[in-house]
Amino acid sequence: MYKYSEFDDAFLAQRNAQFRAQVERRISGALTEDEFKPLRLMNGLYLQLHAYMLRVAIPYGTLSSAQMRQLAQLAEKWDKGYGHFTTRQNIQYNWPKLRDVPDMLDALAEVGLHAIQTSGNTIRNVTADHFAGAAADEIADPRPYAELIRQWSTDHPDYQFLGRKFKIAVTGAPHDRAVIKAHDIGLQVVERHGEPGFKVLVGGGLGRTPMIGKVIREFLPEADLLPYLEAILTVYNLLGRRDNKYKARIKILVHETGIEEIRDRVEAKFAEIRPEFSGADMDVLDEIRGYFAPPTLTGRSMAPYDEAYKADPIFRAWADTNIAPHRADGHAIVTISLKAHGETPGDATADQMRLMADLAEAYGHDELRISHEQNVILPHVHKADLPAIHAALKEARLATANLGLISDIIACPGMDYCALATARSIPIAQEIATRFDELKLEHEIGELKLKISGCINACGHHHVGHIGILGLDRAGVENYQITLGGDATEDAAIGTRTGPGFSSDDIVPAIERLVLAYLDVREGPEETFLQTYKRLGMDPFKTALYEEEAKANAA
Amino acid sequence: MARAPRPFTPKVVTANDLLEGDVIYLTEDDQWTRRLSEAEIIEDEAHAQVRLLHAERQPEKLVGAYLMDVAKGENGPEPTHFREDFRRTGPSNYLHGKQEVSAHV
Repeated sequence: MYKYSEFDDAFLAQRNAQFRAQVERRISGALTEDEFKPLRLMNGLYLQLHAYMLRVAIPYGTLSSAQMRQLAQLAEKWDKGYGHFTTRQNIQYNWPKLRDVPDMLDALAEVGLHAIQTSGNTIRNVTADHFAGAAADEIADPRPYAELIRQWSTDHPDYQFLGRKFKIAVTGAPHDRAVIKAHDIGLQVVERHGEPGFKVLVGGGLGRTPMIGKVIREFLPEADLLPYLEAILTVYNLLGRRDNKYKARIKILVHETGIEEIRDRVEAKFAEIRPEFSGADMDVLDEIRGYFAPPTLTGRSMAPYDEAYKADPIFRAWADTNIAPHRADGHAIVTISLKAHGETPGDATADQMRLMADLAEAYGHDELRISHEQNVILPHVHKADLPAIHAALKEARLATANLGLISDIIACPGMDYCALATARSIPIAQEIATRFDELKLEHEIGELKLKISGCINACGHHHVGHIGILGLDRAGVENYQITLGGDATEDAAIGTRTGPGFSSDDIVPAIERLVLAYLDVREGPEETFLQTYKRLGMDPFKTALYEEEAKANAA
Repeated sequence: MARAPRPFTPKVVTANDLLEGDVIYLTEDDQWTRRLSEAEIIEDEAHAQVRLLHAERQPEKLVGAYLMDVAKGENGPEPTHFREDFRRTGPSNYLHGKQEVSAHV
């Protein structure tokens, strides 16, 4: 894992001291809120509905056990004993007090974490495949590139006042687990003639105008990464709209200008600045790679795993659902579900965080990952250790076997916390998960990605959910629109609206009708919800949603 | 033809506390309270603007003052929109926020 250099430590200490002084000046009255707000946002501090909220970056979703323990410590000491993991691989604390925030930032700095650029019109936390370095289908670990981009973009003077926020995601595998097509820039590691490089996408994003990213370069050699990114950012910085917040993202620029012209301009800029890059950036990349050396994995007997798998049906269900193939024989990638039925998606208590840290230390080469799907991953585990891990997780209510199933819901904080939200998300997620747990149907239903956003900004990724739910305020009442057919993978697609929305009382029964209709019309258990939707289109689902409802009302 | 003036929706001045970040309401005697039931109900536009200005002159105490719509209820002002109902109560997933305080009383 990347370790801060003296330079990094000194920079962070200086930033935190500056922010401490800014907080003091705000409290003394020397700074107005208008003056203070951009300063606190630069340091990840929002003001939400009920309290301040501190958003801490978890670069490319990677944590050590020491870092996870410190996150638990913050939750306990300065918050209400829990934290909320987000769709951008960040953690949010919902209840900090203004005076405590400088101490929280100092505590984070002790373990090499911070909240810089988790807000504002800057390059945000660079996200990556949460299975990076472990996945069986990976070409290369994307995290050294993500770390290089993090170092380049952090406090970069040109990118502190972009037209709008800017999000970059990197995957090292052809199967996209990082939703790169819904990012301002998406990078996929590819090889050409044995040389590493990137397929570069630009102009993706969700929000009120969802767009799938377009390929701007089929193959970019590794050494050209930073100058090419700089060329894209420069073109965006010059041409991107600043007159209208809702049209300021690069996706609008690409859409309005056309990918061909954007490509021409980027290539021209790239040709101009490429010679300025002497190769020092590649020296840094080499150094960074050293920090991401794969762990030494050893072969051992699989007997404990085989025995538990045979003897314990609960373990078997969990292993079948929450374990992904590791590149190394005898090993597995464990996803710990933060979606226990009826709980808040993405929330973990301080005790749960500590337990996950302990497991990572004991069994997982000291590594944890946060996924954009709001779960926690132990990326390198020997299968022989899985029974012990499962037993410990069960004690802590962390052993829910629902990965990729309907109750593994992405949900934004919604109007329970967020000042921008137009409706609540969390209770809808809780009710759907609880309902399908009661029905005991979710394993039969199989893979189904349900994602809920509490406003049009789409933090809950509803556009790319197989089933998406968008909460709106319709004449002073919460109303939930459904979209179908979204896809967050390499086959990314934006979902289509089914029709009129449903009230908060009617949305869960509506989802139930929808899913039961799928079970009726699918060709067999191997045909997923998304495949059925692609085969049959909207009609059977519309009938289930609206005609059955009309019949029920008429009866 | 002159249209009849729209009836004024009663208002309460609300904001977030600077240090705690929690929701506060302006009372008739110029205090800030955590309970909506204790807030001053403002019934005309001109007075509402005066009270909002009064709040905005206290940046050392609060952030983001604004006028919220209320209805007059038996126990003082009641929110007319669900957002304000959540602000006066707290989140629905945990008994945190104002409902936590009232649970301890």
